Amino acid sequence: MAEKERITIALAGNPNCGKTTLFNSLTGATAHVGNWPGVTVDKKEGTYKKLSEPIHIIDLPGIYSLSPYTPEEVVSRNYILDEKPNCVINVVDATNLERNLYLTTQLLEIDIPVVVALNMADIVRKNGDKIDAKGLQEKLGVPVVEISALRSEGLKELMDAAYDACHHYRKGTTILEDKELAHLISDVTIAFRGKGVQSPLFHAIKLVELDEIETKMHPELISMVDEYKESHKDDIFADDFEALVADARYKYIAKNYATHYQKNEKSEKNDDGEQVTRSDKIDKVLTHRIWALPIFVLIMFLVFHLTFSEDLFFLNRWFHVEFNHEIFINICTGMGYEGEPMAGLPSPGVFLQNWMGFLTGSLIDWFRSFMPEGQWYTSLVCDGLLTGLDAVLSFVPQVMVLFLFIAILEDSGYMSRVAFILDRAFRKFGLSGRAFIPMLSGFGCSVPAIMATRTLEDKRERNRVIRLMTCFSCGAKAPIWALIAGIGALAGFAGDIFVFSIYLGGIAAAIIFALFMKLFSKDQYVSPFVMELPAYHAPQARNVGAYLWEKFKHYMIKAATIIAAATIVIWFLSNFNWNLTLGLVDIEQSILADLGRVFAYFYYPLGWAQGVDGWKYTVSTITGLIAKEQVVDTMAVLGLNEETVLLTGAQAYSFAVYNLFTIPCFAAIGAAFGEQKGKEFWLTMLWWFVMSYAVAALVFGVGALYGVAIWAGILLTLAIIGLVVAAGIIVTRRNKKVAQAA
Amino acid sequence: MEKTLDQVEVKHSVKVLKVGGEGRIRHHLFDLGVTPGVEIYVRKVAPLGDPIEVTIRGYELSLRKSEAQLISVTEGK
Repeated sequence: MAEKERITIALAGNPNCGKTTLFNSLTGATAHVGNWPGVTVDKKEGTYKKLSEPIHIIDLPGIYSLSPYTPEEVVSRNYILDEKPNCVINVVDATNLERNLYLTTQLLEIDIPVVVALNMADIVRKNGDKIDAKGLQEKLGVPVVEISALRSEGLKELMDAAYDACHHYRKGTTILEDKELAHLISDVTIAFRGKGVQSPLFHAIKLVELDEIETKMHPELISMVDEYKESHKDDIFADDFEALVADARYKYIAKNYATHYQKNEKSEKNDDGEQVTRSDKIDKVLTHRIWALPIFVLIMFLVFHLTFSEDLFFLNRWFHVEFNHEIFINICTGMGYEGEPMAGLPSPGVFLQNWMGFLTGSLIDWFRSFMPEGQWYTSLVCDGLLTGLDAVLSFVPQVMVLFLFIAILEDSGYMSRVAFILDRAFRKFGLSGRAFIPMLSGFGCSVPAIMATRTLEDKRERNRVIRLMTCFSCGAKAPIWALIAGIGALAGFAGDIFVFSIYLGGIAAAIIFALFMKLFSKDQYVSPFVMELPAYHAPQARNVGAYLWEKFKHYMIKAATIIAAATIVIWFLSNFNWNLTLGLVDIEQSILADLGRVFAYFYYPLGWAQGVDGWKYTVSTITGLIAKEQVVDTMAVLGLNEETVLLTGAQAYSFAVYNLFTIPCFAAIGAAFGEQKGKEFWLTMLWWFVMSYAVAALVFGVGALYGVAIWAGILLTLAIIGLVVAAGIIVTRRNKKVAQAA
Repeated sequence: MEKTLDQVEVKHSVKVLKVGGEGRIRHHLFDLGVTPGVEIYVRKVAPLGDPIEVTIRGYELSLRKSEAQLISVTEGK
């Protein structure tokens, strides 16, 4: 492999050990993030340039062990064993030595050079505790370097030690020295070596633990372990080698390494003699029995208020604050002064969005100014490409502001507490507490919301939350509700109640769908919730910045590919007729209009596609794929406004419900594709489509029961039940397969 | 007195006797240091009554009561 010629160093360590900070310090701007093949686990790579040759750095996912039970563990294990980096830097959180060294004892069993980076040694000293790196180094038999990833201290020494280690072969060693067990391990090791397996010691110990991967790979060697079990029965663990090995590791660590860590005897303690840290004090408030929930609600409110509010701190609503200064208004609104005073202030999210709108708007105008009018290529550039770009870019500011807050909440350690606080409520619906953040973000924009599902550990839960995302009406759908609320059929019904029912109904639907998904999941599996609550720390600008940059790049690449291509297709369909003449045609004669007329039959059961204007609504929902704002835009182009929309109440409701639940815009589809890929992605698309169709038909059917003949309603209801059952079967089959695979 | 971890009152310390369950979750508990003999201090219960937060081997761990049920413990040292 060409890659192999460059020296590669892998970073391994527990979650929250400061590995990401170290990675960002070492690699700086060279870092890039992708996915490990086949799983949505971040694969971070970069280059360290401060040695005589550039070093390739791979940041392995945070893990507690090399067991095969999570994708993160499997990825790390396979990478170290199969790709054989030249050296592994094991990042160890010095403030939590005991648990961190557990992974170290496993890494040392592999035939690979290891260097231990003792991170946060400065905090240990600050606490008045003492740590003996020299003593540790002697015990472990590999270099131990004290570093502070945060202050970029000791990095040079660490990399020198690692570079040096790369050039020396290292044979795996183990701390499992219990006589009987050591005997068995050495026998199995010899058997592995005889088969020519590399790192025989590591494989032997995993086999003794009856690790899933090893027993599958080497079934012929299990008999050795079984025989041993027959003859030796430990008093406490009986024949439970899994427990025996884990226990032996921790016992050894406690006995040998704890002596190299001296706690400050004078530190602050509570009534029970427990040491009180700063983190404990913060937790006293943030996870307080009574205050935890109100504080959480307040924090969430602030996040969304600062991202999406058009009236910052309700200056206008509560205090009737208005601004008259023209330049100031232009600054706030992105040159949006129209001779009127500005009511209140925009939030940072809206402020940036205004300017983004100004920039893309100016760009479009600028292009239009020197391109010949009425030409097809002018339209392609201005109406197709640039308008599509505008639709995509207009999300960027708010997406980034929201992600800034999510990154801060995540990096500070609060996100784990959110899961802790809300888990109980969400588990009832087969979700975990962490699902709250992506779902709430869905009210702003589905794109960051779907991207935020990555914070969910369980893949199945991730899939569910992505599928539920359309239930939460995103900001771009608001114009649709505003339009429908104003039409004649609903005027008597009260438009505000209609809009409220869309938002509330969406939440209710999400709960019902979540229960539905849980009900039809064959194994009733709820992912276990055993989670470390890491110590709070101030969010690191570098980590937050790297995170935002990564999300931005991710989004822009999608925008430049899928979204741009899809936009051009829609532009083409709406500007050409079947003769494909170069001259542009009116949208009424376009291919899209004809397609709309055909698809209108398909949408017939939903009500709104009936009648002479049916194709217009159909076309509008299709152009809604570009961006949901396009629904109202297209309707306007086709001459549909509050006065001319002649839908009945049932039809209008059905139209709203269909647009709420259905397949979102291309940007959101792209985000879902990025998180799911392959079969799961297509199932998501199918779910969005079938579910929206079914619910809209149900809404129209029920509405029609009062207006049209009852039998039509009954038929439709039967059809809906059929669709729901079909969806249920799909979900069940999928889960069965997942269960079999697991 | 033997009981399971979910039954332990807040602000009490216990010692682990046995870890039940199987497969992934059991191994995960071992990996996190929940092994026989280790001391666990039950710190607090979440506002909605579940999960619980414990201190073990010097760090904070939160787990649901359904998972805590897998862990047999004994009160007193």
